[in-house]
Amino acid sequence: MALLSRHLLGLQGVPKEDIQNILDTAHTFREILERPIKKVPTLQGKTIVNLFYESSTRTRISFELAEKRLSADAINFSVSGSSVSKGETFKDTVKNIEAMKIDMVVVRHATAGAPTYLTKICDANVINAGDGTHEHPTQALLDMYSIRQKVGHLEGLKVCIVGDIAHSRVALSNIFGLKTMGAKVSVCGPSTMIPRDIQDLGVDVIYNIDEAIRENDVLNVLRIQLERKAREYFPSIREYAKYFGITQERLDKNGKEILILHPGPINRGVELSSEVADGSNQIILYQVTNGVAIRMAVLYLLGTLN
Amino acid sequence: MKIVLKNVDIIHPEEKINLKGVSIILNDGIISKIGELTDQEIKDAKEFDFSGKILVPGLFDMHVHLREPGREDEETVISGCNSASAGGFTGVACMPNTEPCTDTAEIVKFIKEQANNHLVDVYPIAAASVGRKGEIISPMAELVEAGAVGFSDDGTVIKTSAVLRRAFEYANMYNTPIIEHCEDESLAEGAMNESVNSTLLGLPGLASVAEDIIVSRDILMAEYTDGRIHIAHISTRNSVNLVREAKKRGIKVTAEVTPHHFTLTDDSLKSYDTNFKMNPPLRTQADIDAILKGLKDGTIDCIASDHAPHSIEEKESEFQYAPNGIVGFETTVGLSFSELLHKNKLSLEELIKKLSVNPRKILNLPIPKFNPGEIANFTLLDPDLVWTVDISKFKSKSKNSPFDKRLLTGKSIAVVNKKKMFYDDQWIDLISD
Repeated sequence: MALLSRHLLGLQGVPKEDIQNILDTAHTFREILERPIKKVPTLQGKTIVNLFYESSTRTRISFELAEKRLSADAINFSVSGSSVSKGETFKDTVKNIEAMKIDMVVVRHATAGAPTYLTKICDANVINAGDGTHEHPTQALLDMYSIRQKVGHLEGLKVCIVGDIAHSRVALSNIFGLKTMGAKVSVCGPSTMIPRDIQDLGVDVIYNIDEAIRENDVLNVLRIQLERKAREYFPSIREYAKYFGITQERLDKNGKEILILHPGPINRGVELSSEVADGSNQIILYQVTNGVAIRMAVLYLLGTLN
Repeated sequence: MKIVLKNVDIIHPEEKINLKGVSIILNDGIISKIGELTDQEIKDAKEFDFSGKILVPGLFDMHVHLREPGREDEETVISGCNSASAGGFTGVACMPNTEPCTDTAEIVKFIKEQANNHLVDVYPIAAASVGRKGEIISPMAELVEAGAVGFSDDGTVIKTSAVLRRAFEYANMYNTPIIEHCEDESLAEGAMNESVNSTLLGLPGLASVAEDIIVSRDILMAEYTDGRIHIAHISTRNSVNLVREAKKRGIKVTAEVTPHHFTLTDDSLKSYDTNFKMNPPLRTQADIDAILKGLKDGTIDCIASDHAPHSIEEKESEFQYAPNGIVGFETTVGLSFSELLHKNKLSLEELIKKLSVNPRKILNLPIPKFNPGEIANFTLLDPDLVWTVDISKFKSKSKNSPFDKRLLTGKSIAVVNKKKMFYDDQWIDLISD
């Protein structure tokens, strides 16, 4: 079954059937990853470019592995900094790569909307691997897949996204995807890190981490970006950890089952205590494994479309 | 050369002229008679039948960027004037964010000289501070003497209240307005209006309060110094309310709005099209409603295009890296008529005041008169002409408009000024025989 769109730019507006389709397809690929020979010929002859305009290790490796597992030819193109500072425009770079006859582009970019722009200037299938503070759809898909595998369903589940919502691309994709799948979504973080009018997206805002733990079945805990401008949005790391960090004590106080996700990399002792990061509630490495399967599913569904 | 424009409706809100279906004779570009003409009077004259067209004092755009000196690849004074004529304007005031910045008498004179032989009158607005850096006020006396009609650090705000105070006090000696791009720089890191749309698009937001804060500051400082403040490209509901209240209190404040700020909302950004990127950014419907109210009750004095040419190379980029601004000369009349007159937001007279009379008043410029003996300076408008915007036909060197392919009602047909006429895509020298 094919997807409704030629591209995966985000999860906003992606219908439930498509998400379901991706998750189900990922499940079959997940099985392949457990085999001794983890390779299928599905995308043999397809050329996929990983166009990374922003440094990323795990997402790029995850995509590259997914491409290789599907027998596609994978090319990595990484540029640090903006295209503007480099001299060649984004458009020229893309046109050059396209001229080498490629089929799909996986793009990571520091600015929102760059993948959308890419679809206007080239004919390849475009997969957004994270654009600015906009979306990171494959991350949200792997989060949803992981939750579904652990809990059994997404419908009616209460999921809270915790941390710097305003500077996160993971948050928005999770909100769109989870809501489409029937989950009840809330966000929790310091008020300076909650974007304007987020309630209009149909999510609740919580400022108390204990309440977030008490009221939800799943916490998707985002990385606090210590190295970025985001650092100006809260008084100190100490204060963040004290009021929004998830500790074993906080989980134990609540007493009920709760699933903890984190897209990584973790700041131990900040958003998660070490005990929680290695504890029984978290599924962080399970998410990483599922990430390859999700990306295989997306590449397969888009790559065999035309 | 003698020409006759037949069957025009003449409207001059300032002179209280409202004539239907009359004719006007120009002799070498000078008005010789208006009214019923005899066969003898129109003998040997070149005749134009303009039935149903409206003749108004030449339109004036008080906020434009002509890019010369510095970015002649995007626009020159001449190409900008060509674009202005095609849009219906006989006069423009150009902003000082040129390279080098318009902060010396030499540059003011240079810009004026470029337009010496053009139909369009060009009046430079000089920088309010040296280099538009907000540290020391510009040589205002010299700049006024060279022909500057206003002071602005447009593109950016006058950075400190202290410099703003001195700018008001000094400019006051010449009764010259300070024109302010109102934006608190510490809040100005966004790429679009901050709203649920910026949240959805993941773009950094520009908070409307950044404009409101500076509008408040400037109004208070104008009051304190008895200075004249003109709010450029007003875009928020709170700013409109602040200007309204200030006017009631007798503070010397005026305001302009661009056609895009009364036509489009930030919903337009969903495609990440950089032609919708401008500063101030497109706001919300509630802001448009407040602007329409402000236009009607006189809070907003005039309409200005903020004509901001940018090269294709610069606009063809990632949204966050693209420069702000759109070209506006050739769509201002069409948008104003479509959105304001034809939607019954303003009467024809009110609209002409905002497009012709009021900007000249703000800049202390004479308003063209329609008496015999005067050099003709007017625009002929067809309020009902339905046309489609085609950026490839723009006279401007740049094509960065979000209105390409848009259907508009109302257009300028001809302009006459400085003994020249632009009509039917042709330049006509009215002195030659």
